[in-house]
Amino acid sequence: MDYLDRLEAEAIHILREVAGQFERPALLFSGGKDSIALTRLAEKAFRPGKFPFPLVHIDTGHNFEEIIRYRDDLAARLGEKLIVRKVEDTIRARGLREPGGKYPSRNPLQTYTLLDVIEEFEFDACIGGARRDEEKARAKERIFSVRDDFGQWDPKRQRPELWNIYNGRIQKGENVRVFPISNWTELDVWNYIQREKIELPEIYFSHERQCVVLPSGQLLGLSEHLNLDDTDEIVQRRVRFRTVGDSTCTAAVESDAASIDDIIQDLLLAKVSERGATRLDDNLSETGMEDRKRNGYF
Amino acid sequence: MDILRFITCGSVDDGKSTLIGRLLYDSDSVSLDVLATLEKKRTATNSTDVDLALLTDGLKAEREQGITIDVAHKYFTTPRRKFIITDAPGHVQYTRNMVTGASNADLAIVLVDARQGVIEQTRRHTLLASLLGIRHFVLAVNKLDLVGYDEAVFQKIVADYQAIAEQLKLAHVQAIPLSALHGDNIVRRSKHITWYAGPSLLEHLESVPVATDANPHEPRFQVQYVIRPQTEELPDYRGYAGRIQSGTYRAGDKVRIWPSGLETVLEAIEVNQQAVPTAEAPLGVVLRLRDDIDISRGDTIVPIAAHPAVVRELEATLCWMDERPLRAGRKLLVQHHATVVKAAVTTILQKTNIETFESVGTDEAKLNDIVRVRLKTASPLVADEYRQNRDTGAFILVDEQTGATLAAGLIAATDPEYFTQEVAAEPAFSI
Ligand SMILES: Nc1nc2c(ncn2[C@@H]2O[C@H](COP(=O)(O)OP(=O)(O)OP(=O)(O)O)[C@@H](O)[C@H]2O)c(=O)[nH]1
Ligand SMILES: [Mg+2]
Repeated sequence: MDYLDRLEAEAIHILREVAGQFERPALLFSGGKDSIALTRLAEKAFRPGKFPFPLVHIDTGHNFEEIIRYRDDLAARLGEKLIVRKVEDTIRARGLREPGGKYPSRNPLQTYTLLDVIEEFEFDACIGGARRDEEKARAKERIFSVRDDFGQWDPKRQRPELWNIYNGRIQKGENVRVFPISNWTELDVWNYIQREKIELPEIYFSHERQCVVLPSGQLLGLSEHLNLDDTDEIVQRRVRFRTVGDSTCTAAVESDAASIDDIIQDLLLAKVSERGATRLDDNLSETGMEDRKRNGYF
Repeated sequence: MDILRFITCGSVDDGKSTLIGRLLYDSDSVSLDVLATLEKKRTATNSTDVDLALLTDGLKAEREQGITIDVAHKYFTTPRRKFIITDAPGHVQYTRNMVTGASNADLAIVLVDARQGVIEQTRRHTLLASLLGIRHFVLAVNKLDLVGYDEAVFQKIVADYQAIAEQLKLAHVQAIPLSALHGDNIVRRSKHITWYAGPSLLEHLESVPVATDANPHEPRFQVQYVIRPQTEELPDYRGYAGRIQSGTYRAGDKVRIWPSGLETVLEAIEVNQQAVPTAEAPLGVVLRLRDDIDISRGDTIVPIAAHPAVVRELEATLCWMDERPLRAGRKLLVQHHATVVKAAVTTILQKTNIETFESVGTDEAKLNDIVRVRLKTASPLVADEYRQNRDTGAFILVDEQTGATLAAGLIAATDPEYFTQEVAAEPAFSI
């Protein structure tokens, strides 16, 4: 059996465990390649039936337009329910402060919207496309990761997770985050996308884009959400995105890769990690991811 | 390309995390941005070398204390193989996390600090790994740089470990002298260790045959989820979604549903909505049956030629993982994959002494104890012995109130030699 088949079998097994163990699961759909791969895995797990969960998108309002279009098309094509909740509404409802600065990221605020949507629909399990190879704190997380009432992750008190037996039993108020592609690497996901001929949003492929050059040298796509001044250098570059998050904190990489084959070639030669190349917010602190996860972040 | 899943184990500070870091570093599997953070840390702490353990010790508490608390998963690929690494903590307090990692591993690297030799934790981790069915071991004698790369030190440790290997009848052990800190015999052969002619660690990991594809077991399939679209086009479709746990399934075979014992025909096996004539473990499939029988999550479907044990009482080995000790009479839940049943521990038979590997009488199981118990379940389980089937022979115990995972359970025979693996056909120990 090929290794991709093994990874796929593992993910399908996990998705079906979610369906079997929980009453109100949800699939958190970010619009990125990992969650797109998850929807394909869900098709394999549950067709010809419907997904036993809705797709839930937390819309930061800073998303790439294309992603929103792709999301709506995908939900329509799949014939599955899509729930969208906006960070903007959370900011208003909770009286939160809009992030400031030149590159205001609503990424940290997503957590509130997520916790609110979990409460609104009483979701007991949220499936996400996080991978352990992404970041050192994620590398430590279980596949079924129990969160308390406030969505918090306590890395020192994780349940043992034995064999492929997933314990989703929780107490009232708790919920579980489930990561079916925990054991996939970035390259595995691309190989899978290629094998499955999955169509991706265009921004994953090389295109011309106006970008701001950040002090780190990273390129940030120009958007109306940035608060630029005359010191900022704007350039036109051929870029693609390696990950798709909030447009104000996801850097583009320079690349001519126009097809999935090209991207895989690019990746095989890449010297910088996915997060290192694209995420602005993680560089802020060494334990950024762990801190956010502890507070309920996905 | 196949996948090798391995775990590092051994005592605190033996160098497990450093070894993984070194393996990743020397095989060019660490990206530049990650290296840059290590370098920043090195300058900040005024050290001469970057701390490679930081590649896996990703939690704040781990970095502050310089120890591993929970397992980290790392991934790397060479032209020969794809590796899934689990770096386990060495501290006794976190044994359950080590067991978590070992439960999914094909191979265990047992580290020993050359200055300390074989110690209790070496024995405990080897026992646990062996108990969990790991058949391939690497005895990594680490920190040889601190003993002047002395062959005698290595040989002494090998001899001591050989005694353990014999006692546990480990199937295959490769002993390698190394220094994780300096990279001796990790990816490249060491210049300092001239007396050793064997493979480097990576060479061994790339070539060790782990027949993950061998599938000699009886067929087992447990229903995880029933697919019933109930649409206009498919008003009556009923598919049993699950994972083939072992063996091979063939469309057209007569099958029996357990625990009900009802018989029917396996009409079709579907993978991604396509009918396939056969399918084997560990594939996820949908089974379609000829007759409409009442089948739900947790039921097992097997060809009628197969004879699984269907039991309400069983004997099992437990790795107890809860602070509160287990005593006979305790009620809890058994989760056997998709089946969850109420159960009671009726008797605690004995526990394993880590020093001698002998069984001694006991009436309780404390945190990290390995005990043999009898369990009674409220409804029947379709069970296999763990040593026959690493999938269907495994279960966990769960606290009904809190949902906490209390123990790893391995279904045992009454065979007293249960803790030992079957003797390998070939001479097993190589240096
Ligand atoms: N001299 C020398 N020091 C080493 C070697 N390998 C590891 N060390 C040092 O030993 C210490 C412990 O290393 P770790 O890799 O954190 O040990 P560990 O086995 O992962 O520890 P736990 O995970 O907490 O059980 C560190 O200071 C390492 O630098 C070696 O080969 N030679
Ligand atoms: Mg460690």
